[in-house]
Amino acid sequence: MTLWLYVLQRGSALVLAPLVVAHLVLIVIASRDGLSAAEILSRTQGSIGWAAFYGTFVIAAAVHAPIGLRNVIREATPWRGRGLDLAMALLGLAMLALGARAVIAVVGAVVAS
Amino acid sequence: MARSGQPEFAVSIWRGGPGGGNFVRYRVPRRADQTVLDVVTWVQRHLEPSLAYRFACRVGMCGSCAMTVNGRPRWTCRSHVGKVAPEGRLEIAPLPNLPVIRDLATDMTGFFDKWQAAGGRFAPTATRRDPPARIAPASPARKAADAGIECINCGVCYGACGVVGARPDYLGPAALNRAWTLVNDARHGEVPGVLRAISRDDGCHGCHSQGSCTAHCPVGLDPSAAIAGLKRRTLLDLLGGEGRP
Repeated sequence: MTLWLYVLQRGSALVLAPLVVAHLVLIVIASRDGLSAAEILSRTQGSIGWAAFYGTFVIAAAVHAPIGLRNVIREATPWRGRGLDLAMALLGLAMLALGARAVIAVVGAVVAS
Repeated sequence: MARSGQPEFAVSIWRGGPGGGNFVRYRVPRRADQTVLDVVTWVQRHLEPSLAYRFACRVGMCGSCAMTVNGRPRWTCRSHVGKVAPEGRLEIAPLPNLPVIRDLATDMTGFFDKWQAAGGRFAPTATRRDPPARIAPASPARKAADAGIECINCGVCYGACGVVGARPDYLGPAALNRAWTLVNDARHGEVPGVLRAISRDDGCHGCHSQGSCTAHCPVGLDPSAAIAGLKRRTLLDLLGGEGRP
C-alpha cells in the first residue's frame, strides 16, 4: 500500500504541476483583462475542454493532498494508524465533492432562471 | 597553557545516561595531528576513568567510534581536531537518533535490527561445491553494488538522517544502502524479498532525498542515490518493467 500511495502521490504531482501553472496564468489573464464573472462563465459554461481541465485538476488535487498531508502528520505528530488513514480518506472525498461542485458551477449548462 | 608549558584547549563532553545528562568541560593537551578520539581517550585515561565510549580499530575500518562532534555526526578516529574544530571549540556528544547507554556510548541494536528488517541478509543461490559465479565487473548492476559495499556500519548516516529523527521506525540510509547492494547482486537469491521489505511503511519511500546521509558518510558512499535506486526499482517492478541499476 505504501508503494501505491507513493506512486499515486508522485503521479498526481506530475499531473498537477502543469495544471497549476495554467491555472495561475488564467487568473492573471482574467483579472488583467478585467473580465467579469458573467464574461468568464459565458466562456466556460458548456465547455467540455474546461470541464476536463478543472475536473482533472480536482481529481489530482484530491488524490495528492491527503497522501502528502498523511505523510506530514505521520512525521510531525504521533498520530498514525486507521484513524489517520480514515481521516485522510474523508479529506480526499471532501476535496473531491467540493471540487466537483465548483467545476459543475463553472462549466455546467446555464439553468433557466 | 598548562604548567608543563604544553598548549591546552577546552573540550566539552556529554556525560549522562538514558535519563538525561549535560556537558562537562575538560582541559586537554593540544597535540599535532590529534584526533577527536585521541581527545576522548586522553580524558578517560587521565581525568575521567568512568567515561563510557566505544572504539576498536582507530583507523577508520570498524565503524565503532562515531559521535557527534560540534553538532555533526562524525567518525572520531579519523576526524582531526585541527580540521573539525579549527577555532579550538570542541563539543563531543553521543550519536543522534540512537538511545544513549551512557556518556558517548549509544545502543546500536535498533540500527542493526533494521539491516535485517530491510532484507539485508545474503541468501546464496549456490553452494560451496558449485563453481564461483562469473560476474562481469563492468556490468551496471555490479557497478551499482560495488558503489555501496564499503559501508563500515558506523551509523553516521543514521544519526544525520532527518527522517529517522522524525520517524524512529524508518529503516534509515545504511540498511537501505545494504538492500540496494543486494538487489544488484546477481548471486542474491531473495531480491523480491528485499523489495517487499523496503516497500513497507517504514521503507525507502519515506526518504525526503535531502542527502544528509551522503553528505556525512565518512567513507564517501552515496546512500541517497541507493535509496533513489530502490524507489526507481520498486516503481518499475510495479509497472511491470525490469528496474535498471
